[in-house]
Amino acid sequence: MTLQTYSYSYLDGNAAAGELNRIFAVDVTTAKGECVNCGAERHFAEAHLYVQCPGIVARCALCGHVLLRLVDAGDRMLLDVRGITYFSVKMPQTQASNG
Amino acid sequence: MWRVGTVVALRDETATARTITLALPDWPGHVAGQHVDVRLSAPDGYSAVRSYSIASASNSEKEIEITVERLPNGEVSSYLTQDLAVGDQLELRGPIGGWFVWRTEQKEPIQLIAGGSGIVPLMAMIRSRGAARSTTPFRLLYSVRAPEGILYRDRLQALPKEDSSLVVNFAYTRIVPKDWPRPPGRIDKDLILSATWPARMTATCYICGPTGFVESVTDLLNTVGNRRENIRTERFGPTGERK
Repeated sequence: MTLQTYSYSYLDGNAAAGELNRIFAVDVTTAKGECVNCGAERHFAEAHLYVQCPGIVARCALCGHVLLRLVDAGDRMLLDVRGITYFSVKMPQTQASNG
Repeated sequence: MWRVGTVVALRDETATARTITLALPDWPGHVAGQHVDVRLSAPDGYSAVRSYSIASASNSEKEIEITVERLPNGEVSSYLTQDLAVGDQLELRGPIGGWFVWRTEQKEPIQLIAGGSGIVPLMAMIRSRGAARSTTPFRLLYSVRAPEGILYRDRLQALPKEDSSLVVNFAYTRIVPKDWPRPPGRIDKDLILSATWPARMTATCYICGPTGFVESVTDLLNTVGNRRENIRTERFGPTGERK
């Protein structure tokens, strides 16, 4: 393999949905999360996603702080969400079960 | 998790792009704008995963279409556009993503802006709108290098003639058709002002294309008064060597 110069272009948080679905029961790319560094509350889909690395790294679109790192290590997934204070997840509407 | 789809049709869209129709017996249905991850595996255990937007309408069919653009040195896209044959099987995961989607319940005006093969998920939205017989006003601004690079050209040229609430504008960055009024060039503020909804319409904007394209168009939309909350983006670019 030859050494390449990477342009470090990024994708949107949307692009992480497939990998994150392996861990979470709902699509967290549509959830809002608060950046530890700047306090911005945005949908995870709006984060900047870097995939030219041994995993995926999501950064805050506003301040660039690392929000989340996810690595597929074969028999386990490593997930670091230290850059997100909380997730606010809109739950799918279920049939009302009480009268 | 991984489903197996069978290739039932192949259609060349341009010299470098091919639409693949896959039959998926247990497909749960999708929403326009969603994507699938495709996994190719070699006998030695090596595998490569790439994301492709679904091009077909949201419907109850147990088939989906993806359109793949062949990239220089793209190991997966080369295989999918050149070697794949009808009857072959592909592993895929999806439908994926709940953000960059258009649902038929949405009634607000819609602005679609595509750069190159960024048209694919936006075409799914246009097709879903048609399949649902929705009259939601749609505008598409589609930037391509040259006329021969337009994906779904026949449909995109025919649709606005059948449906006055769908407006399609093309922008050419390198080569323009004969007698085209605008010189070749990237989308600029004047084109945004003339070919997209005025900001006061608070249209929901979907932008899909390479990272730099999405960045520049998002800035232009903001500059002319569109709010960030109404803009959804999907960038594509070099993908990681994920396994």
